[in-house]
Amino acid sequence: MKLNPIEFSFREFASEMTKLKNEKNFDYLVTIIGEDFGTAEGEENKDDYSLGCIYILENTQTHERISTKTMAEKIDGNYYIQSISGLYKCAEMLEREVYDFYGIRFLGNKDMRRLFLRNDFKGYPFRKDFVASEEYSLEDDTEVSTTTEYNLDANGKVVETTHPLFKEGDFVMNIGPQHPSTHGVLRLETILDGETVKKIYPHLGYIHRGIEKMAEEMTYPQTLAMTDRMNYLSAMMNRHALVGVIEEALGVELNDRIKTIRTIMDELQRIDGHLLYLGCYAQDLGALTAFLYCMRDREYVLNVMEETTGGRLIQNYYRIGGLQDDIDPNFQENCKKLIEYLRPKLDEYVNVFGDNVITHQRLEGVGVFTKEQCISYGISGSNGRASQWANDMRKNYPYDVYDKVDWDQVVLDGCDAQDRYYLRVKEIEQSLRIIEQLIDNIPEGEYYIKQKPIIKCPEGQWYYAVEGTSGEFGVYLDSRGDKSPFRMKFRPMALTLVAALDEMLQGTKIADLIAVGAGLDYIIPDIDR
Amino acid sequence: MEIRKPSIKNIPYNEWKDNETLESLINELNENGVNLIVGNLDSLINWGRSNSLWSLTFATSCCGIEFMACGCARYDFARFGFEVTRNSPRQADLIMCAGTITHKMAPVLKRLYDEMATPKYVIAVGGCAISGGPFKKSYHVVKGIDEFLPVDVYIPGCPPRPEAILYGMMQLQRKVKVEKFFGGVNHKEDNPNPLVISDIPKNFINEMKKTAGEVKDFVKKEINDTFK
Repeated sequence: MKLNPIEFSFREFASEMTKLKNEKNFDYLVTIIGEDFGTAEGEENKDDYSLGCIYILENTQTHERISTKTMAEKIDGNYYIQSISGLYKCAEMLEREVYDFYGIRFLGNKDMRRLFLRNDFKGYPFRKDFVASEEYSLEDDTEVSTTTEYNLDANGKVVETTHPLFKEGDFVMNIGPQHPSTHGVLRLETILDGETVKKIYPHLGYIHRGIEKMAEEMTYPQTLAMTDRMNYLSAMMNRHALVGVIEEALGVELNDRIKTIRTIMDELQRIDGHLLYLGCYAQDLGALTAFLYCMRDREYVLNVMEETTGGRLIQNYYRIGGLQDDIDPNFQENCKKLIEYLRPKLDEYVNVFGDNVITHQRLEGVGVFTKEQCISYGISGSNGRASQWANDMRKNYPYDVYDKVDWDQVVLDGCDAQDRYYLRVKEIEQSLRIIEQLIDNIPEGEYYIKQKPIIKCPEGQWYYAVEGTSGEFGVYLDSRGDKSPFRMKFRPMALTLVAALDEMLQGTKIADLIAVGAGLDYIIPDIDR
Repeated sequence: MEIRKPSIKNIPYNEWKDNETLESLINELNENGVNLIVGNLDSLINWGRSNSLWSLTFATSCCGIEFMACGCARYDFARFGFEVTRNSPRQADLIMCAGTITHKMAPVLKRLYDEMATPKYVIAVGGCAISGGPFKKSYHVVKGIDEFLPVDVYIPGCPPRPEAILYGMMQLQRKVKVEKFFGGVNHKEDNPNPLVISDIPKNFINEMKKTAGEVKDFVKKEINDTFK
């Protein structure tokens, strides 16, 4: 969608946002986009940045989306914006991200530490004049034990308050950054009381590669290569969102053949991602057999995709204006075989692991998160749907041919880890159903609509989102008419999941942390970007 | 006695891509002469070592999924004795660095490597671990782990296919087979900076660093005196 942000001034921003939430029911904060809008011309302005934030909000009843914008105010050399962490729970983490990249401090946010970068990192990398240094240290990072909160007093002066992270006598345990069941390099600093979890501080950034910053120096076709490497289990969908936003900006109309093939490929990728999820979930709880079963069947899905795209994990298949190449002559036949093979296997997974007595005891009533909490934390996708929140992007904002196919949005009401597992199994069924309906009806036509050799998007701001494997994956594009984007921002699927871990797990046992964490399906390269 | 060319079952010697490195290694070893008894013991131990290479699970991104695929039903690296993956560096023979290493992760990787017991090996899997790969221009990515670790085998790809990972692991097997276990391998690395944990006070660390060298010299002297 093309963004026309409503701009609020620095003073009235928080009150206007409260009004939007309470009166117009915009209860889901999709993402916060920090941006350096470029420096004004002139010698006297050379130390000034025009930093600001764009907020995308959704009304979960009517599915209406709006965007708002506010500019940061410079006070004593630092930049400030009023925090909305009191309105939306996920805002605390998202504002920390903006602080980390742009150095905008949020007034009223209790936790203003760096999120992705090292504590001793100099400068703010996403500002336009940042110069990267090649040097890095092999010494351990300095750990901070306090956070700072900034507030304005009655005279307009900034007041700093420090909050300690730990109390005297707290038992702190580090899980990660290299731990087999954090699914990547996530570090959870956990305060324990015996076996009971009291508090979790997630530390991110161990695989932060600065993809968004790199994209600002690349041409549009070059940026495509990055998305596949974020969440590699939803590579197709990630790329779909990126080509989607560029095509929308360019005004490219796709034909039905491209749309249909993209839909089928997205669903194949979803099956692939969910199968790996089902396997890893079992393995994290100690059931190796179920893991081997799922990985065995995943290879069949990969085979089908590989014959067309040439890649196993990272396919690089979509491009701006269509597809890299036409589908393989055997593609339809292979898909049909796959559907026939996979249908009975789903029962097998549930029999072997999902319906096991031990699994029920481990997962039922664990990690309970209600619908209201999910919306406040912005937990979209399968995890939100397991808590009765019907948030599927494919139904709410249909793209490609999802509105022409007969399928159901799976919504369960268990709100716990067990239902998050079942939901994935049911979603595979739906994906198979979608593919089954489309596979015989791929229309004739071109697989690629020819684009100009140098692609230049017109000026403006766009946001385009698709349904990834574990939530809404969106891409924000700010173009100034150049051949490379002025600002590109990805809405990671799992950042808000990690933000919610603390509230989800307070008071539970440490063994449940593994069970719930595996069930949320967070992929760390996706969070860190 | 002479060290022979390493052989892997079912793959003829000439079909390997890189034989030159290995041959120069063999020549170097042969130049100094090999003791008959020690040489035979070496090859016996190396036969065992090369067929039970235990890797530390160290996966940061995409390559890790392909490594998992290697361990599962279709590719099944248990056929070569690689199936035991360890979560503790103390029990591992090699570190499979599968994925991008960022500036924040580099100290962690270095520490894990330091914690492993010798003889230890490093495999750089994928473009990112070799040279930074697609993220070479980033402000937060290490341009190849060989900047701070001695890498034994490079497996290119983005990500490498499981077949490539198996090939790389077998190359490491061949390398292990031509090493002298008695002499050399266990003392490959004479680390001047002992491993330190940062939670302890700074001046204590400096004291430790100072005395570590002295202790080492003292032990060496003692050993020399006893076996004179």
